Order: sequence, then C-alpha cells, then structure tokens
Amino acid sequence: MLKPGVLDPQGEAICHSLDAIGFDDVTSVRQGKVIELDVAEGTTRERVRDMCDTLLVNSIIETYTIDME
Amino acid sequence: MKAAVVVFPGSNCDRDLTVAFESVGCTVHRVWHKDTELPPGTDVVGIPGGFSFGDYLRCGAIAAQSTICRAIQRHAERGGYVLGICNGFQILTESGLLPGVLLRNIRLKYICKRVTLRVNSRNSIYTDRYSVGEEIDIPIAHHDGNYFADLETISRLQGEDRIVFEYIENPNGSCANIAGIVSSNRRILGMMPHPERAIDSIHGSIDGRRMFQSIIGIYVAV
Repeated sequence: MLKPGVLDPQGEAICHSLDAIGFDDVTSVRQGKVIELDVAEGTTRERVRDMCDTLLVNSIIETYTIDME
Repeated sequence: MKAAVVVFPGSNCDRDLTVAFESVGCTVHRVWHKDTELPPGTDVVGIPGGFSFGDYLRCGAIAAQSTICRAIQRHAERGGYVLGICNGFQILTESGLLPGVLLRNIRLKYICKRVTLRVNSRNSIYTDRYSVGEEIDIPIAHHDGNYFADLETISRLQGEDRIVFEYIENPNGSCANIAGIVSSNRRILGMMPHPERAIDSIHGSIDGRRMFQSIIGIYVAV
C-alpha cells in the first residue's frame, strides 16, 4: 500500500468514479497492489522480506505485509 | 571526453542521447544492460528515456537491479558523472543514486509537450552554460514524472541548491515543482524533461544544447 501522506491520484480517480455512478458513501480510496509468489518449500518469511526490501517494494512510498500460506 | 549510453530493453531515447553527446564532440559507446563493466575511461554515463522492462513493477525498478547499474553505482562511488533523463531519472531514484521517487502524473495522463523550466543553479557540470533564473523550453514525455520525497528531503534539496531545474507551470504534480535534481556531490543529474530533444533548430528549441556544451566545457576548460 502507499504510505499515508503519499498522494494517490489513481485512488482519487476511483473514488470520483464510484461517486459518479451513485456510490456516494465512499469518502476516500487508496489503491495498492498484490504480488503472489510461488516459492520453494522451506522459503522463510525473512527471505520473502528480503525480496520485498530489495526489489518488490519502494520503501520511500510503500508499505507491505506478507501473508504466507 | 568519453560517454557511455546505456541501453535497456525498452529504451527509446538512446540514439537521441548518443547524437546529443556526439554533437559536442564526445566519443560515445552504447552499452547493454547485461554488461558488467563500463568501457574503460568512461567520464559520463547517460541513462536514456524510454520504458525499460515495460515499466513493470515500478518505472525503473527492474532496470535498477541490472548488472550495468551495479557498474554505474561503482562509477558514481568513484566520483563519476551520470546523467539520467526521464526513465533514466526513474532508474537513478530506484537505484538510490538520487533521493525520492517518480509517481504517476497527478492527472493520470501521459503528457507529451514542450514546457518551460527555470534554471535554479549553475553549480553543476550540466548547467554551467545557463544563467540562474533563465527560462528554457524543453520537451517532456512521461506518464510517471510526479516527483515525490518527504518534506525533510525536499528542504535539504532546496537548502543545498540541488533543485537545478523547476517547472514554471507544474505539469505533473511534482513536489516543489521539481523537474531535475543533482546528487550531493553535484555529479549526478536526474531530470524528467528531455534536453536531447532540444539541440537542433528542427526540434523547435535549442535550449538543451547548452547542457551538452556545459558537460564538454569542463574538459575543454582544463
């Protein structure tokens, strides 16, 4: 997800569009992304965190959470 | 003076940048993103505009992990010069050589037009031939040129005279109207506008020409 305070014009456009088609109860929209990884057996959460910090996430503007299943 | 222009899959301004460097007498080698070293004796690296790796993940993020970018980092650590234009600017921020990040334009549109920039600083090898406060016409062509950094970073850039170019009319939502910034040692410049597209009268503006003359100028002068 984009960090609080980082302008999200795409989220704003979605919010305007929802409002235009009658969903006027939405007060703000923040847009994020989901990245699904298929990983080898035994891959640790730490390893995935390393992937996030190295490439998948830009920590200047984004935060992330990891769900493993 | 030797320049190296990097080519990624999806670069589309590498020839224009090569022509611009050659027009002021540079010897230019184009290097491929899988190369592991810059040509020996490279003085300045040009990272061109385009859509490296299709802008996948984030603009410049995948290019920033390439082997040539590691070589560029070593070049920068040695005090080498690097000029990143448009996608090149995005790659420089993603690789950590310049602070901040380029977000989607505030109106979400790709913008391709000529804009007016104010030159804020002559204190770099890229802007030496301009005067402070001068207004120059340079084209932009980008979808993600909305410069963002936290307030502390912005005030540091301002305090250190590192915002060398700013937009007169902000086209993309950039913080502090930022169009181009330099590194703390002033040897790395990243900018969204395309000076290499304003070097010949047939381009409609020749205001970018002096940037390349400035770069070569420091070598001619010494």
